[in-house]
Amino acid sequence: MTADWTSLLFGKLTLEAIPYHEPILVVTFIGVAIGGLTVLGALTYFRLWGYLWKEWFTSIDHKKIGIMYIVFAIIMLLRGFADALMMRFQQAIAFNGNEGYFPPHHYDQVFTAHGVIMIFFVAMPFVTGLMNFVVPLQIGARDVSFPFLNNFSFWMTVAGGIIVMISLFVGEFAKTGWLAYPPLSDITYSPDVGVDYYIWGLQIAGIGTLLSGVNLIATILKMRAPGMSMMKMPIFTWTAFCTNILIVAAFPVLTAVLALLTLDRYVGTHFFTNTDGGSAMLYVNLIWIWGHPEVYILVLPVFGVFSEVVSTFARKRLFGYTSMVYATVVITILSYIVWLHHFFTMGSGASVNSFFGITTMIISIPTGAKMFNWLFTMYHGRIKYEVSMLWTIGFMVTFVIGGMTGVLLAVPPADFVLHNSLFLIAHFHNVIIGGVVFGVFAGINFWFPKAFGFRLNAFWGKMSFWFWLIGFYFAFMPLYVLGLMGVTRRMNQFDDPSLQIWFIIAAFGAFLILLGIGSFIIQILYSIWKRDELRDETGDPWNARTLEWSTSSPPPAYNFAFTPVVHDVDEWWFMKQNGYKRPLSGFIPIHMPKNTGTGAILAGLSVAFGFAMVWHIWWLALVSFVAIIGKTIHHTFNYNRDFYIPAEEVAAVEARRTQMLPAE
Amino acid sequence: MRPETKMFSKAALVAALALPLASCNMVVMSPSGDIAAQQRDLIVISTVLMLLIVVPVIFLTLFFAWRYRQSNTTAKYDPEWHHSTRLEVVIWSAPLAIIIALGAITWISTHTLDPYRPLERIAEGQPLSAGHKPLTVEVVALDWKWLFIYPELGIASVNELAAPVDTPIRFKITSATVMNSFYIPALAGQIYAMAGMETKLHAVINKPGEFEGFSANYSGAGFSHMRFKFHGFDQAGFDKWVADVKAGGATLDRATYMQLEKPSIKEPVRHYASTDASLYSKIVDMCVEPGKMCMSEMMAMDKGLICRIPEPTTAAREEKAIRPAT
Repeated sequence: MTADWTSLLFGKLTLEAIPYHEPILVVTFIGVAIGGLTVLGALTYFRLWGYLWKEWFTSIDHKKIGIMYIVFAIIMLLRGFADALMMRFQQAIAFNGNEGYFPPHHYDQVFTAHGVIMIFFVAMPFVTGLMNFVVPLQIGARDVSFPFLNNFSFWMTVAGGIIVMISLFVGEFAKTGWLAYPPLSDITYSPDVGVDYYIWGLQIAGIGTLLSGVNLIATILKMRAPGMSMMKMPIFTWTAFCTNILIVAAFPVLTAVLALLTLDRYVGTHFFTNTDGGSAMLYVNLIWIWGHPEVYILVLPVFGVFSEVVSTFARKRLFGYTSMVYATVVITILSYIVWLHHFFTMGSGASVNSFFGITTMIISIPTGAKMFNWLFTMYHGRIKYEVSMLWTIGFMVTFVIGGMTGVLLAVPPADFVLHNSLFLIAHFHNVIIGGVVFGVFAGINFWFPKAFGFRLNAFWGKMSFWFWLIGFYFAFMPLYVLGLMGVTRRMNQFDDPSLQIWFIIAAFGAFLILLGIGSFIIQILYSIWKRDELRDETGDPWNARTLEWSTSSPPPAYNFAFTPVVHDVDEWWFMKQNGYKRPLSGFIPIHMPKNTGTGAILAGLSVAFGFAMVWHIWWLALVSFVAIIGKTIHHTFNYNRDFYIPAEEVAAVEARRTQMLPAE
Repeated sequence: MRPETKMFSKAALVAALALPLASCNMVVMSPSGDIAAQQRDLIVISTVLMLLIVVPVIFLTLFFAWRYRQSNTTAKYDPEWHHSTRLEVVIWSAPLAIIIALGAITWISTHTLDPYRPLERIAEGQPLSAGHKPLTVEVVALDWKWLFIYPELGIASVNELAAPVDTPIRFKITSATVMNSFYIPALAGQIYAMAGMETKLHAVINKPGEFEGFSANYSGAGFSHMRFKFHGFDQAGFDKWVADVKAGGATLDRATYMQLEKPSIKEPVRHYASTDASLYSKIVDMCVEPGKMCMSEMMAMDKGLICRIPEPTTAAREEKAIRPAT
């Protein structure tokens, strides 16, 4: 009888699900608990809750949401990187019969969590954050098309992250690898809750990502300043546009395939099972139809970042704007017809394999063209080595190596010997770290003064860059070698002692990257401390080229007192060249959306719903689901959602800026 | 620093760099089978081809970064120069040319090295002759070990594979569990092992020796130990190995297999002197367990169901088809 009641109340959740018998997790939990309580205590002590809730959590300002995305990504980077360090350490010691300190049960969760977190909760929020912050400013808009939706998208992403984090201390995470291939992820082979955490975490975050994609497409299409035709859009906005098209076209596939997996696990259907007519290869195809565009979703925006950075610091117009745009569009389209290259080894025919191999190689043509465009932007330029520019040079050198190994893997017979090897791991870290991560850091260093009104300290920025760059080469070049030695991925123990030296070098590289991340955190904290010395009052610290630099730093809530009229791709440069004068009078009231807590509340309910579904706590699932629907309907009756900033207030804000600017 | 100390430290540096490289055996770059050797050649050719463009790009990046630095006021500065049709043509057509070459190589090599394609040669300059009788091996991935069945010899082994050198090997590969990937780097590229499906691999080992084989696709808790030794023997050595296996006397029938199929880690090498001839096809059909319906039967039945409604005559024919002669 009691058993019935507990299972009704708690579903599959029992005290046994708390991993108090695993010392590593207990220590982690204590650390997180102490850290968390300190932060919560400090927030309470300094009475910051009200401020955070009113000014940030409920904010529908795209700039604040963009910043929150990036803060979230930095926090998750620490978690994902902790996983990486643990794997490197395990593989460096697990030789000669030494089992290391991770049993497979735990190690398999660590590498799965590392992949999932780094892609979905680090790289995605980083690029989404940059796009959110920069795009409306670059196109001369006051906000995105659907400001509330933006806030909701952000909180759904966080909700997905929270679900994945809960799995650390309640139950366990998936032990399937980051794409959860069936049959391994089917209920037969993974009866535990790990895959369910994976599914619900990604489904909930996926809603956020998809809606954010819709939002930015609408914004870019409909909210550009007058005069900004498509071919006058800044290149970062172009890449953001293509990325969001990819998001909107690809994420529904992920949602659908995970929904089918959910049905297999929860109601016993046979889409992907070994038995009863299921086909696991169907899953593999579908997940990569999402998964391959996903890597371009990550890398296209940072191509945009590099384009902005290189033309700003070379103090020269971007070379080949038109071909850059076409290259981006071509990559967008081609990224849909290459997915099979992730599984050449599953026995497709030679013609199918060659087709997908060759389409993959074709992508390197527009990518190569982009590389040359950056190169010729530097040519006849006058390059200033700010931190963002260092990241860009580091990227250009590193990324071509990753691109080369990528094209090599696209040759099917070569892939037969390199597939799933550490060579592959080295390749995709080469393009994701050398491309996405370097680009994000270039972008953060570049736009930080715009967001906060002061620059980031250059010394710690350079420390961070060099540690990351050198650490990357130490960490991943050995993996290329190991791949050629026939070492496969996801191993937690090795027999051959001659491999060990390479794993030790790689672990040393990971340690250098740790110093790089540490330097980045120090850079931020030190810059906040020294903010008065780093203050930029001009709004344009880099003598940059696009519209976001024409307004103050940080920009006022309304971004632009008057909507700019655009004449040129590099409009702000054009304005500076042509003696632009800031208007000092004639301000009118500005129509703005109001903050709302609905996004945060819906996301909170979604966490409850996801948790309930993971543990089969049906009453909670039902209650939270009804609550989500109820709150959504309730929100649609909220008519009090906009207000006007009075003309006097605009005038006062602009007058303060006039005082800060040097007299002309 | 005195000159000899300097020289010594230089030597130490070289040694420190060379030591790990010397101690490593890049099996992918120096394989012992003809297929893997051709795949290695392809890696080398493709890499060289791409280096034609990658090296200049890296060089130009560093050169421009240095040449057009802010402090170098002698370098030309032209802030408005942003277009050159001639350059644009070059920057699109240079990668295009490389990709055309690489694409052609890809098309040809993917077809000639298709794992499903029977071998046409034993090694370079050694075409297949009538004297080369191929050896068939049926490979089954289990949790977490490998079962190898030699249908022509009527024997089987677990976690140990052997083949005579210079003999074409026909692998038929399946899985009785989750996805795995069958990979012997010294022999040939990998191919997935998937339940209810059969994949194929044709390969040949040219040098005698003991080589590493393993699963190259993560398959759960015992994955790290899902390894086996592959022995390339000369004909006499292989015959002796077969004789040894036969001398063991154990039989692999359905009941033994059902035991073997249960998940286990670090399973020792096992030999079976005789096997149930239909076992492998039953594994692919997923009906080793007595009383379980075979997939082929189920598919025939599904087909029958669809056809039965409009066409009764076809259905009668399908009725027959679902009961294959046993």
